[in-house]
Amino acid sequence: MLTKELLNKYTPVVGLEVHAQLLTNSKMYCTDQNQYGSLPNTNIGVITLGHPGTLPMVNRKAIEYGIKMGLACGCAISRHNYFARKNYFYPDLPKGYQISQDKTPLCMDGSVDIMLKDGSQHSIRLTRIHLEEDAGKSIHLDHEKDTLVDFNRAGVPLIEVVTEPDIRSSEQAYALLTEIRKLVRYLAICDGNMEEGSLRCDANISVMPKGSDTFGNKVEVKNMNSIRNVQRAIEFEIERQIMLVEKGETIVSETRTFDAIAGVTHSMRTKEDLNDYRYFPEPDIAPLHINEEWINQIKAEMPSLPQQLFRQFTQEFGLPTYDAQVLTDTKEIALYFEEMCKNTSNYKAASNWMMGPIKSYLNELTLHIKDFPLSPKQITKVIAIIDEGKMSFSAAAQKLFPELINNPQMQPIELAKQLNLLQESDLGMILPLIEEVLEQYPDKVAEYKSGRKNLIGLFMGEVMKKSRGKADPKATSKLLKEKLEA
Amino acid sequence: MKVDRDTLHKIAHLARIKVNPAQEEAYINNLSEILDWVEKLNEVDTDGVEPLTHMTMETNMWREDETKEHLSHEKGLALAPKKDSDYFRVPKVK
Repeated sequence: MLTKELLNKYTPVVGLEVHAQLLTNSKMYCTDQNQYGSLPNTNIGVITLGHPGTLPMVNRKAIEYGIKMGLACGCAISRHNYFARKNYFYPDLPKGYQISQDKTPLCMDGSVDIMLKDGSQHSIRLTRIHLEEDAGKSIHLDHEKDTLVDFNRAGVPLIEVVTEPDIRSSEQAYALLTEIRKLVRYLAICDGNMEEGSLRCDANISVMPKGSDTFGNKVEVKNMNSIRNVQRAIEFEIERQIMLVEKGETIVSETRTFDAIAGVTHSMRTKEDLNDYRYFPEPDIAPLHINEEWINQIKAEMPSLPQQLFRQFTQEFGLPTYDAQVLTDTKEIALYFEEMCKNTSNYKAASNWMMGPIKSYLNELTLHIKDFPLSPKQITKVIAIIDEGKMSFSAAAQKLFPELINNPQMQPIELAKQLNLLQESDLGMILPLIEEVLEQYPDKVAEYKSGRKNLIGLFMGEVMKKSRGKADPKATSKLLKEKLEA
Repeated sequence: MKVDRDTLHKIAHLARIKVNPAQEEAYINNLSEILDWVEKLNEVDTDGVEPLTHMTMETNMWREDETKEHLSHEKGLALAPKKDSDYFRVPKVK
Protein backbone atom coordinates (compact mmCIF):
# COMPACT_ATOMS: atom_id res chain seq x y z
CA MET A 1 0.00 0.00 0.00
CA LEU A 2 1.16 3.47 -0.84
CA THR A 3 1.21 5.48 2.36
CA LYS A 4 1.49 9.24 2.57
CA GLU A 5 5.00 8.93 3.98
CA LEU A 6 6.06 6.77 1.07
CA LEU A 7 4.52 9.10 -1.49
CA ASN A 8 6.33 12.01 0.16
CA LYS A 9 9.68 10.35 -0.49
CA TYR A 10 9.17 10.66 -4.26
CA THR A 11 8.47 13.30 -6.88
CA PRO A 12 6.21 12.19 -9.73
CA VAL A 13 7.18 13.60 -13.13
CA VAL A 14 4.51 13.70 -15.80
CA GLY A 15 4.27 15.11 -19.31
CA LEU A 16 1.21 14.98 -21.52
CA GLU A 17 0.72 14.56 -25.25
CA VAL A 18 -2.70 15.82 -26.21
CA HIS A 19 -4.22 15.22 -29.63
CA ALA A 20 -7.13 17.43 -30.68
CA GLN A 21 -9.15 16.78 -33.84
CA LEU A 22 -9.74 20.07 -35.60
CA LEU A 23 -13.27 21.19 -36.47
CA THR A 24 -12.64 21.70 -40.18
CA ASN A 25 -15.10 20.74 -42.91
CA SER A 26 -12.55 18.75 -44.89
CA LYS A 27 -9.57 16.60 -44.01
CA MET A 28 -5.97 17.68 -43.42
CA TYR A 29 -4.56 16.89 -46.87
CA CYS A 30 -7.64 16.28 -49.04
CA THR A 31 -11.22 17.38 -49.63
CA ASP A 32 -12.96 14.34 -48.08
CA GLN A 33 -15.51 15.24 -45.47
CA ASN A 34 -14.33 15.49 -41.85
CA GLN A 35 -17.36 14.26 -39.98
CA TYR A 36 -17.68 12.16 -36.85
CA GLY A 37 -20.35 9.45 -36.72
CA SER A 38 -20.84 8.86 -40.46
CA LEU A 39 -21.48 5.32 -41.69
CA PRO A 40 -18.21 3.36 -41.93
CA ASN A 41 -16.00 4.13 -44.93
CA THR A 42 -18.21 6.80 -46.44
CA ASN A 43 -15.84 9.78 -45.99
CA ILE A 44 -13.08 8.31 -48.09
CA GLY A 45 -11.23 9.25 -51.25
CA VAL A 46 -8.13 8.22 -53.17
CA ILE A 47 -5.82 10.33 -50.98
CA THR A 48 -7.33 9.03 -47.73
CA LEU A 49 -6.92 5.47 -48.99
CA GLY A 50 -3.35 6.09 -50.09
CA HIS A 51 -3.87 5.19 -53.73
CA PRO A 52 -0.72 5.51 -55.85
CA GLY A 53 -0.20 8.70 -57.80
CA THR A 54 -2.28 10.92 -55.54
CA LEU A 55 -0.97 14.14 -54.05
CA PRO A 56 -1.91 15.66 -50.70
CA MET A 57 -2.70 19.37 -50.36
CA VAL A 58 -2.73 21.18 -47.02
CA ASN A 59 -5.95 22.57 -45.55
CA ARG A 60 -5.30 26.25 -44.80
CA LYS A 61 -7.93 26.30 -42.05
CA ALA A 62 -6.09 23.58 -40.13
CA ILE A 63 -2.93 25.71 -40.12
CA GLU A 64 -4.96 28.69 -38.94
CA TYR A 65 -6.46 26.63 -36.10
CA GLY A 66 -3.00 25.41 -35.10
CA ILE A 67 -1.72 28.99 -35.03
CA LYS A 68 -4.72 30.02 -32.90
CA MET A 69 -3.89 27.40 -30.30
CA GLY A 70 -0.25 28.48 -30.38
CA LEU A 71 -1.14 32.12 -29.83
CA ALA A 72 -3.52 31.18 -27.00
CA CYS A 73 -0.64 29.36 -25.25
CA GLY A 74 1.93 32.09 -25.86
CA CYS A 75 3.98 29.96 -28.27
CA ALA A 76 6.37 31.20 -30.89
CA ILE A 77 4.88 30.52 -34.34
CA SER A 78 7.37 28.96 -36.76
CA ARG A 79 7.63 31.12 -39.86
CA HIS A 80 9.11 28.32 -41.98
CA ASN A 81 7.42 24.97 -41.77
CA TYR A 82 7.75 21.78 -43.64
CA PHE A 83 5.92 18.54 -43.13
CA ALA A 84 7.58 15.21 -42.39
CA ARG A 85 6.85 11.58 -43.09
CA LYS A 86 6.62 9.36 -40.06
CA ASN A 87 7.02 5.84 -41.39
CA TYR A 88 5.34 2.81 -39.87
CA PHE A 89 3.10 -0.01 -40.95
CA TYR A 90 -0.32 -0.45 -39.47
CA PRO A 91 -3.53 -1.34 -41.33
CA ASP A 92 -5.30 1.88 -40.32
CA LEU A 93 -2.57 3.91 -42.02
CA PRO A 94 -2.96 3.04 -45.71
CA LYS A 95 -0.05 5.12 -47.05
CA GLY A 96 2.45 3.39 -44.75
CA TYR A 97 3.36 6.77 -43.27
CA GLN A 98 1.69 9.58 -41.40
CA ILE A 99 2.24 13.11 -42.62
CA SER A 100 3.25 15.00 -39.50
CA GLN A 101 5.75 17.67 -38.53
CA ASP A 102 9.12 16.85 -37.04
CA LYS A 103 11.93 19.41 -37.12
CA THR A 104 9.72 22.47 -37.61
CA PRO A 105 6.62 22.21 -35.44
CA LEU A 106 4.09 24.97 -36.14
CA CYS A 107 4.33 26.28 -32.57
CA MET A 108 7.22 26.17 -30.09
CA ASP A 109 7.49 26.82 -26.36
CA GLY A 110 4.61 28.64 -24.65
CA SER A 111 2.75 27.50 -21.55
CA VAL A 112 -0.65 26.80 -20.04
CA ASP A 113 -1.53 28.15 -16.59
CA ILE A 114 -3.57 26.08 -14.19
CA MET A 115 -5.11 26.66 -10.78
CA LEU A 116 -5.65 23.85 -8.29
CA LYS A 117 -8.40 23.43 -5.70
CA ASP A 118 -6.13 24.81 -2.96
CA GLY A 119 -5.77 28.02 -4.99
CA SER A 120 -2.13 27.37 -5.97
CA GLN A 121 -1.18 28.37 -9.50
CA HIS A 122 1.22 26.57 -11.81
CA SER A 123 2.52 27.27 -15.25
CA ILE A 124 3.07 24.14 -17.36
CA ARG A 125 5.49 24.73 -20.22
CA LEU A 126 4.78 23.42 -23.69
CA THR A 127 7.48 21.89 -25.85
CA ARG A 128 5.60 22.22 -29.10
CA ILE A 129 2.32 22.06 -30.97
CA HIS A 130 2.42 20.46 -34.39
CA LEU A 131 0.01 19.53 -37.14
CA GLU A 132 -0.62 16.00 -38.34
CA GLU A 133 -3.30 13.66 -39.61
CA ASP A 134 -5.33 11.09 -37.72
CA ALA A 135 -5.25 7.38 -38.62
CA GLY A 136 -8.27 5.24 -39.45
CA LYS A 137 -10.11 3.27 -36.82
CA SER A 138 -9.33 -0.41 -36.28
CA ILE A 139 -12.03 -2.52 -34.73
CA HIS A 140 -10.94 -5.71 -33.03
CA LEU A 141 -13.89 -7.96 -32.19
CA ASP A 142 -13.40 -11.14 -30.17
CA HIS A 143 -15.59 -13.27 -32.40
CA GLU A 144 -13.99 -12.02 -35.62
CA LYS A 145 -10.93 -13.54 -37.25
CA ASP A 146 -10.25 -10.25 -39.04
CA THR A 147 -9.64 -6.73 -37.87
CA LEU A 148 -12.18 -4.33 -39.36
CA VAL A 149 -10.96 -0.95 -40.56
CA ASP A 150 -12.93 2.26 -41.02
CA PHE A 151 -11.02 5.01 -42.86
CA ASN A 152 -13.44 7.87 -42.15
CA ARG A 153 -11.07 9.16 -39.49
CA ALA A 154 -7.93 8.69 -41.61
CA GLY A 155 -6.62 12.11 -42.60
CA VAL A 156 -8.68 14.10 -40.09
CA PRO A 157 -6.58 17.12 -39.05
CA LEU A 158 -4.99 16.97 -35.60
CA ILE A 159 -2.88 19.22 -33.47
CA GLU A 160 -0.62 17.49 -31.01
CA VAL A 161 0.18 19.53 -27.91
CA VAL A 162 3.29 18.25 -26.14
CA THR A 163 4.09 19.50 -22.64
CA GLU A 164 7.40 19.59 -20.86
CA PRO A 165 7.67 17.12 -17.95
CA ASP A 166 6.50 19.88 -15.59
CA ILE A 167 3.51 18.11 -14.05
CA ARG A 168 4.04 16.91 -10.48
CA SER A 169 0.71 15.32 -9.54
CA SER A 170 -2.36 13.67 -11.03
CA GLU A 171 -4.39 16.68 -9.90
CA GLN A 172 -2.17 19.00 -11.94
CA ALA A 173 -2.61 16.74 -14.97
CA TYR A 174 -6.38 16.86 -14.47
CA ALA A 175 -6.34 20.66 -14.23
CA LEU A 176 -4.07 20.98 -17.27
CA LEU A 177 -6.18 18.78 -19.49
CA THR A 178 -9.32 20.61 -18.33
CA GLU A 179 -7.65 23.90 -19.23
CA ILE A 180 -6.53 22.64 -22.65
CA ARG A 181 -10.05 21.39 -23.36
CA LYS A 182 -11.43 24.76 -22.27
CA LEU A 183 -8.99 26.52 -24.61
CA VAL A 184 -9.80 24.47 -27.71
CA ARG A 185 -13.50 24.96 -27.03
CA TYR A 186 -13.15 28.74 -26.52
CA LEU A 187 -11.17 28.89 -29.76
CA ALA A 188 -13.83 26.69 -31.42
CA ILE A 189 -11.10 24.59 -33.05
CA CYS A 190 -12.07 21.25 -31.45
CA ASP A 191 -15.20 20.06 -29.64
CA GLY A 192 -13.07 18.55 -26.85
CA ASN A 193 -15.12 15.37 -26.60
CA MET A 194 -12.88 12.74 -25.00
CA GLU A 195 -15.54 10.01 -25.09
CA GLU A 196 -15.81 10.34 -28.88
CA GLY A 197 -12.04 10.64 -29.15
CA SER A 198 -11.92 14.14 -30.60
CA LEU A 199 -9.59 14.99 -27.69
CA ARG A 200 -7.11 12.29 -26.67
CA CYS A 201 -4.32 12.20 -24.16
CA ASP A 202 -1.25 10.05 -23.57
CA ALA A 203 0.77 10.51 -20.40
CA ASN A 204 4.50 10.00 -19.85
CA ILE A 205 4.99 9.12 -16.21
CA SER A 206 8.05 8.54 -14.03
CA VAL A 207 9.02 8.93 -10.40
CA MET A 208 12.26 10.05 -8.77
CA PRO A 209 13.40 10.35 -5.16
CA LYS A 210 12.56 13.75 -3.72
CA GLY A 211 15.42 16.18 -4.21
CA SER A 212 16.86 14.23 -7.14
CA ASP A 213 17.36 15.97 -10.45
CA THR A 214 17.52 12.80 -12.55
CA PHE A 215 14.21 11.57 -13.90
CA GLY A 216 13.35 7.90 -13.51
CA ASN A 217 12.59 5.64 -16.49
CA LYS A 218 9.37 6.82 -18.05
CA VAL A 219 6.30 4.83 -18.93
CA GLU A 220 3.85 5.97 -21.58
CA VAL A 221 0.19 5.32 -20.76
CA LYS A 222 -2.45 5.34 -23.48
CA ASN A 223 -6.15 4.69 -23.86
CA MET A 224 -7.70 7.06 -21.34
CA ASN A 225 -11.05 8.30 -22.56
CA SER A 226 -11.90 10.92 -19.97
CA ILE A 227 -10.04 13.55 -17.99
CA ARG A 228 -10.92 11.67 -14.81
CA ASN A 229 -9.39 8.49 -16.24
CA VAL A 230 -6.18 10.32 -17.08
CA GLN A 231 -6.01 11.30 -13.42
CA ARG A 232 -6.76 7.74 -12.26
CA ALA A 233 -4.20 6.21 -14.61
CA ILE A 234 -1.51 8.61 -13.38
CA GLU A 235 -2.39 7.86 -9.74
CA PHE A 236 -2.18 4.13 -10.39
CA GLU A 237 1.08 4.43 -12.29
CA ILE A 238 2.75 6.61 -9.62
CA GLU A 239 1.84 4.04 -6.98
CA ARG A 240 2.96 1.09 -9.11
CA GLN A 241 6.31 2.70 -9.88
CA ILE A 242 7.01 3.78 -6.28
CA MET A 243 6.24 0.26 -5.03
CA LEU A 244 8.62 -1.22 -7.62
CA VAL A 245 11.41 1.20 -6.76
CA GLU A 246 10.88 0.50 -3.04
CA LYS A 247 11.36 -3.21 -3.77
CA GLY A 248 14.61 -2.33 -5.53
CA GLU A 249 13.30 -3.19 -8.99
CA THR A 250 13.89 -1.13 -12.12
CA ILE A 251 11.08 0.50 -14.04
CA VAL A 252 10.85 -0.80 -17.60
CA SER A 253 10.46 1.97 -20.17
CA GLU A 254 7.42 0.78 -22.06
CA THR A 255 3.97 1.62 -23.32
CA ARG A 256 1.06 0.65 -21.10
CA THR A 257 -2.67 0.81 -21.60
CA PHE A 258 -5.22 1.90 -18.99
CA ASP A 259 -8.06 -0.44 -18.09
CA ALA A 260 -10.75 1.94 -16.82
CA ILE A 261 -12.91 -0.80 -15.28
CA ALA A 262 -10.16 -2.35 -13.18
CA GLY A 263 -8.43 1.02 -12.71
CA VAL A 264 -5.01 -0.45 -13.59
CA THR A 265 -2.47 -0.19 -16.41
CA HIS A 266 -1.23 -3.19 -18.44
CA SER A 267 1.94 -3.54 -20.42
CA MET A 268 1.34 -3.55 -24.16
CA ARG A 269 4.86 -4.52 -25.13
CA THR A 270 4.87 -5.66 -28.72
CA LYS A 271 7.30 -5.72 -31.59
CA GLU A 272 5.97 -2.22 -32.36
CA ASP A 273 8.41 -1.03 -29.71
CA LEU A 274 11.15 -1.69 -32.21
CA ASN A 275 9.71 1.05 -34.39
CA ASP A 276 12.01 3.56 -35.89
CA TYR A 277 9.95 6.17 -37.64
CA ARG A 278 12.71 7.35 -39.99
CA TYR A 279 11.27 10.85 -40.36
CA PHE A 280 12.20 12.74 -43.49
CA PRO A 281 10.84 15.90 -45.15
CA GLU A 282 7.56 15.19 -46.95
CA PRO A 283 8.37 15.68 -50.62
CA ASP A 284 4.72 15.92 -51.72
CA ILE A 285 3.93 19.07 -49.74
CA ALA A 286 5.62 22.38 -50.44
CA PRO A 287 7.04 24.19 -47.39
CA LEU A 288 4.84 26.73 -45.63
CA HIS A 289 5.93 30.29 -45.09
CA ILE A 290 3.75 31.97 -42.53
CA ASN A 291 3.94 35.73 -42.68
CA GLU A 292 3.42 38.39 -40.03
CA GLU A 293 0.31 39.70 -41.73
CA TRP A 294 -1.53 36.40 -41.43
CA ILE A 295 -0.52 35.96 -37.79
CA ASN A 296 -1.71 39.49 -36.98
CA GLN A 297 -4.99 38.85 -38.73
CA ILE A 298 -5.51 35.67 -36.65
CA LYS A 299 -4.53 37.58 -33.50
CA ALA A 300 -7.16 40.21 -34.25
CA GLU A 301 -9.82 37.52 -34.61
CA MET A 302 -8.98 35.74 -31.35
CA PRO A 303 -11.89 35.49 -28.90
CA SER A 304 -11.50 36.37 -25.22
CA LEU A 305 -9.78 33.48 -23.48
CA PRO A 306 -10.77 31.91 -20.16
CA GLN A 307 -7.74 33.32 -18.30
CA GLN A 308 -8.41 36.84 -19.54
CA LEU A 309 -12.08 36.60 -18.60
CA PHE A 310 -11.16 35.14 -15.22
CA ARG A 311 -8.91 38.13 -14.53
CA GLN A 312 -11.59 40.56 -15.74
CA PHE A 313 -14.25 38.94 -13.57
CA THR A 314 -12.11 38.85 -10.43
CA GLN A 315 -10.19 42.12 -10.83
CA GLU A 316 -12.57 44.47 -12.65
CA PHE A 317 -15.85 43.02 -11.45
CA GLY A 318 -14.58 42.11 -7.96
CA LEU A 319 -16.10 38.62 -8.08
CA PRO A 320 -14.90 35.78 -5.83
CA THR A 321 -12.52 33.25 -7.42
CA TYR A 322 -15.17 30.55 -7.24
CA ASP A 323 -17.70 32.64 -9.17
CA ALA A 324 -15.13 33.53 -11.82
CA GLN A 325 -14.19 29.87 -12.25
CA VAL A 326 -17.76 28.72 -12.74
CA LEU A 327 -18.54 31.64 -15.06
CA THR A 328 -15.53 31.00 -17.32
CA ASP A 329 -16.07 27.25 -17.47
CA THR A 330 -17.56 27.51 -20.93
CA LYS A 331 -17.30 30.30 -23.45
CA GLU A 332 -21.07 30.54 -23.91
CA ILE A 333 -21.74 31.01 -20.19
CA ALA A 334 -18.92 33.57 -19.97
CA LEU A 335 -20.24 35.51 -22.96
CA TYR A 336 -23.79 35.52 -21.58
CA PHE A 337 -22.47 36.81 -18.28
CA GLU A 338 -20.30 39.43 -19.98
CA GLU A 339 -23.39 40.60 -21.88
CA MET A 340 -25.32 40.94 -18.61
CA CYS A 341 -22.53 43.04 -17.17
CA LYS A 342 -22.91 45.53 -20.01
CA ASN A 343 -26.37 46.34 -18.65
CA THR A 344 -25.84 46.22 -14.92
CA SER A 345 -23.10 47.25 -12.56
CA ASN A 346 -24.36 44.83 -9.92
CA TYR A 347 -21.89 42.14 -11.07
CA LYS A 348 -22.33 39.95 -8.02
CA ALA A 349 -26.10 39.88 -8.59
CA ALA A 350 -25.54 38.96 -12.23
CA SER A 351 -23.18 36.19 -11.11
CA ASN A 352 -25.73 34.92 -8.57
CA TRP A 353 -28.41 34.79 -11.26
CA MET A 354 -26.09 32.94 -13.62
CA MET A 355 -24.90 30.39 -11.06
CA GLY A 356 -28.28 30.07 -9.32
CA PRO A 357 -31.61 30.23 -11.17
CA ILE A 358 -30.24 30.14 -14.74
CA LYS A 359 -27.86 27.21 -14.19
CA SER A 360 -30.45 25.22 -12.23
CA TYR A 361 -32.98 25.76 -15.00
CA LEU A 362 -30.48 24.61 -17.65
CA ASN A 363 -29.36 21.62 -15.59
CA GLU A 364 -32.89 20.52 -14.84
CA LEU A 365 -33.85 20.45 -18.51
CA THR A 366 -30.30 19.53 -19.65
CA LEU A 367 -30.30 22.56 -21.90
CA HIS A 368 -27.36 24.50 -23.27
CA ILE A 369 -27.13 28.23 -22.55
CA LYS A 370 -27.68 28.92 -26.25
CA ASP A 371 -31.17 27.40 -25.89
CA PHE A 372 -31.99 29.58 -22.87
CA PRO A 373 -35.06 31.65 -23.82
CA LEU A 374 -34.22 34.83 -21.90
CA SER A 375 -31.78 37.43 -23.14
CA PRO A 376 -29.07 38.75 -20.78
CA LYS A 377 -30.90 42.10 -20.91
CA GLN A 378 -34.10 40.57 -19.53
CA ILE A 379 -32.21 39.23 -16.53
CA THR A 380 -30.51 42.57 -15.88
CA LYS A 381 -33.95 44.21 -15.91
CA VAL A 382 -35.02 41.80 -13.19
CA ILE A 383 -31.85 42.67 -11.25
CA ALA A 384 -32.74 46.37 -11.56
CA ILE A 385 -36.25 45.73 -10.15
CA ILE A 386 -34.70 43.98 -7.14
CA ASP A 387 -32.08 46.71 -6.68
CA GLU A 388 -34.82 49.34 -6.66
CA GLY A 389 -36.34 47.50 -3.73
CA LYS A 390 -39.49 46.58 -5.62
CA MET A 391 -39.07 42.83 -5.28
CA SER A 392 -37.05 40.38 -3.21
CA PHE A 393 -34.54 38.05 -4.88
CA SER A 394 -36.50 35.01 -3.75
CA ALA A 395 -39.80 36.29 -5.19
CA ALA A 396 -37.99 37.13 -8.43
CA ALA A 397 -36.25 33.76 -8.64
CA GLN A 398 -39.19 31.63 -7.61
CA LYS A 399 -42.17 33.45 -9.11
CA LEU A 400 -41.16 35.98 -11.73
CA PHE A 401 -38.34 33.96 -13.35
CA PRO A 402 -40.43 30.89 -14.32
CA GLU A 403 -43.22 33.09 -15.66
CA LEU A 404 -40.73 35.18 -17.61
CA ILE A 405 -39.36 32.03 -19.23
CA ASN A 406 -42.88 31.28 -20.45
CA ASN A 407 -43.28 34.88 -21.66
CA PRO A 408 -39.79 35.84 -22.81
CA GLN A 409 -41.11 38.76 -24.86
CA MET A 410 -42.70 40.53 -21.90
CA GLN A 411 -41.13 43.37 -19.97
CA PRO A 412 -40.19 41.96 -16.54
CA ILE A 413 -41.70 44.95 -14.73
CA GLU A 414 -45.04 44.55 -16.55
CA LEU A 415 -45.14 40.86 -15.84
CA ALA A 416 -44.30 41.49 -12.17
CA LYS A 417 -47.21 43.95 -11.96
CA GLN A 418 -49.52 41.47 -13.63
CA LEU A 419 -48.50 38.80 -11.16
CA ASN A 420 -48.90 41.25 -8.32
CA LEU A 421 -45.31 40.65 -7.17
CA LEU A 422 -44.12 44.22 -6.74
CA GLN A 423 -43.36 45.30 -3.23
CA GLU A 424 -44.70 48.52 -1.90
CA SER A 425 -41.86 50.79 -0.98
CA ASP A 426 -44.17 53.73 -1.41
CA LEU A 427 -44.22 55.32 2.02
CA GLY A 428 -47.77 56.57 1.50
CA MET A 429 -48.91 52.96 1.36
CA ILE A 430 -46.75 51.56 4.15
CA LEU A 431 -47.17 54.32 6.73
CA PRO A 432 -50.90 53.75 7.42
CA LEU A 433 -50.21 50.03 7.88
CA ILE A 434 -47.46 50.76 10.40
CA GLU A 435 -49.68 53.12 12.32
CA GLU A 436 -52.46 50.53 12.37
CA VAL A 437 -50.09 47.90 13.80
CA LEU A 438 -48.63 50.19 16.46
CA GLU A 439 -52.13 51.13 17.61
CA GLN A 440 -53.06 47.47 17.79
CA TYR A 441 -50.18 46.59 20.19
CA PRO A 442 -49.72 49.46 22.67
CA ASP A 443 -48.16 47.13 25.33
CA LYS A 444 -45.55 45.83 22.88
CA VAL A 445 -44.72 49.37 21.83
CA ALA A 446 -44.10 50.26 25.48
CA GLU A 447 -41.92 47.15 25.92
CA TYR A 448 -39.93 48.07 22.82
CA LYS A 449 -39.40 51.55 24.13
CA SER A 450 -38.16 50.15 27.42
CA GLY A 451 -35.48 48.18 25.60
CA ARG A 452 -36.88 44.97 24.03
CA LYS A 453 -35.59 45.93 20.60
CA ASN A 454 -36.14 42.47 19.15
CA LEU A 455 -39.89 43.13 19.16
CA ILE A 456 -39.22 44.87 15.83
CA GLY A 457 -39.63 41.44 14.27
CA LEU A 458 -43.19 41.16 15.54
CA PHE A 459 -44.14 44.58 14.13
CA MET A 460 -42.46 43.76 10.81
CA GLY A 461 -44.37 40.51 10.57
CA GLU A 462 -47.66 42.22 11.21
CA VAL A 463 -47.03 44.95 8.63
CA MET A 464 -46.00 42.36 6.04
CA LYS A 465 -49.15 40.39 6.79
CA LYS A 466 -51.34 43.44 6.31
CA SER A 467 -49.58 44.30 3.04
CA ARG A 468 -49.94 40.67 1.93
CA GLY A 469 -46.20 40.43 1.56
CA LYS A 470 -45.87 43.37 -0.77
CA ALA A 471 -44.28 45.86 1.59
CA ASP A 472 -40.60 46.34 0.85
CA PRO A 473 -38.87 44.96 3.96
CA LYS A 474 -36.02 47.49 3.88
CA ALA A 475 -38.29 50.53 3.63
CA THR A 476 -40.70 49.09 6.21
CA SER A 477 -38.04 48.35 8.79
CA LYS A 478 -36.52 51.80 8.39
CA LEU A 479 -39.87 53.51 8.78
CA LEU A 480 -40.87 51.32 11.73
CA LYS A 481 -37.70 52.25 13.63
CA GLU A 482 -38.27 55.91 12.94
CA LYS A 483 -41.82 55.68 14.28
CA LEU A 484 -40.90 53.68 17.38
CA GLU A 485 -37.92 55.80 18.29
CA ALA A 486 -39.57 59.13 17.59
CA MET B 1 29.94 1.29 -45.01
CA LYS B 2 29.31 -2.36 -44.29
CA VAL B 3 25.75 -3.27 -43.30
CA ASP B 4 25.80 -5.94 -40.61
CA ARG B 5 23.35 -8.80 -40.19
CA ASP B 6 21.48 -7.13 -37.29
CA THR B 7 20.92 -4.01 -39.34
CA LEU B 8 19.62 -6.13 -42.20
CA HIS B 9 17.18 -7.88 -39.88
CA LYS B 10 16.04 -4.56 -38.47
CA ILE B 11 15.46 -3.05 -41.90
CA ALA B 12 13.60 -6.16 -42.98
CA HIS B 13 11.38 -5.98 -39.91
CA LEU B 14 10.64 -2.28 -40.41
CA ALA B 15 9.71 -2.96 -44.04
CA ARG B 16 7.76 -6.08 -43.03
CA ILE B 17 9.73 -8.17 -45.51
CA LYS B 18 10.75 -11.77 -44.89
CA VAL B 19 14.30 -12.29 -46.05
CA ASN B 20 15.28 -15.77 -47.09
CA PRO B 21 18.41 -16.64 -45.01
CA ALA B 22 20.09 -17.93 -48.17
CA GLN B 23 19.81 -14.45 -49.66
CA GLU B 24 20.97 -12.50 -46.65
CA GLU B 25 24.59 -12.31 -47.79
CA ALA B 26 23.55 -10.90 -51.16
CA TYR B 27 21.36 -8.27 -49.50
CA ILE B 28 24.15 -7.27 -47.17
CA ASN B 29 26.48 -6.77 -50.10
CA ASN B 30 23.91 -4.86 -52.11
CA LEU B 31 22.98 -2.50 -49.31
CA SER B 32 26.61 -1.91 -48.41
CA GLU B 33 27.41 -1.01 -52.00
CA ILE B 34 24.55 1.47 -52.11
CA LEU B 35 25.74 3.11 -48.91
CA ASP B 36 29.31 3.27 -50.19
CA TRP B 37 28.11 4.98 -53.34
CA VAL B 38 26.00 7.52 -51.47
CA GLU B 39 28.86 8.13 -49.06
CA LYS B 40 30.70 9.85 -51.88
CA LEU B 41 28.51 12.85 -51.03
CA ASN B 42 30.42 13.17 -47.77
CA GLU B 43 33.35 14.48 -49.81
CA VAL B 44 31.44 17.69 -50.46
CA ASP B 45 31.90 20.46 -47.89
CA THR B 46 28.33 21.35 -46.79
CA ASP B 47 29.24 23.63 -43.91
CA GLY B 48 26.80 26.51 -43.80
CA VAL B 49 24.55 25.02 -46.49
CA GLU B 50 20.88 24.72 -45.54
CA PRO B 51 19.50 21.23 -46.17
CA LEU B 52 17.52 21.05 -49.39
CA THR B 53 14.15 19.63 -48.40
CA HIS B 54 12.25 20.17 -51.64
CA MET B 55 13.12 20.15 -55.31
CA THR B 56 11.03 23.18 -56.32
CA MET B 57 10.86 26.70 -54.97
CA GLU B 58 7.09 26.49 -54.48
CA THR B 59 5.69 27.42 -51.08
CA ASN B 60 2.24 27.64 -49.50
CA MET B 61 0.49 25.29 -51.89
CA TRP B 62 -2.54 25.12 -49.64
CA ARG B 63 -6.25 24.95 -50.35
CA GLU B 64 -9.33 26.41 -48.71
CA ASP B 65 -11.32 24.21 -46.32
CA GLU B 66 -13.87 22.86 -48.76
CA THR B 67 -15.23 19.37 -49.25
CA LYS B 68 -15.51 17.98 -52.74
CA GLU B 69 -16.99 14.87 -54.21
CA HIS B 70 -14.99 11.85 -53.18
CA LEU B 71 -15.19 8.11 -53.60
CA SER B 72 -18.47 6.37 -52.94
CA HIS B 73 -18.49 3.72 -50.26
CA GLU B 74 -18.76 0.96 -52.88
CA LYS B 75 -15.99 2.32 -55.10
CA GLY B 76 -13.71 2.88 -52.13
CA LEU B 77 -14.08 -0.71 -51.01
CA ALA B 78 -14.01 -2.17 -54.53
CA LEU B 79 -10.27 -2.84 -54.67
CA ALA B 80 -9.93 -4.20 -51.14
CA PRO B 81 -8.61 -7.78 -51.11
CA LYS B 82 -11.04 -8.53 -48.31
CA LYS B 83 -14.10 -6.58 -47.19
CA ASP B 84 -17.69 -6.80 -46.03
CA SER B 85 -20.55 -4.41 -46.69
CA ASP B 86 -19.14 -1.84 -44.24
CA TYR B 87 -15.46 -2.41 -43.56
CA PHE B 88 -12.08 -3.21 -45.00
CA ARG B 89 -10.98 -6.51 -43.49
CA VAL B 90 -7.37 -7.20 -42.62
CA PRO B 91 -5.58 -10.04 -40.81
CA LYS B 92 -6.14 -9.65 -37.09
CA VAL B 93 -3.77 -7.21 -35.40
CA LYS B 94 -3.63 -6.22 -31.80
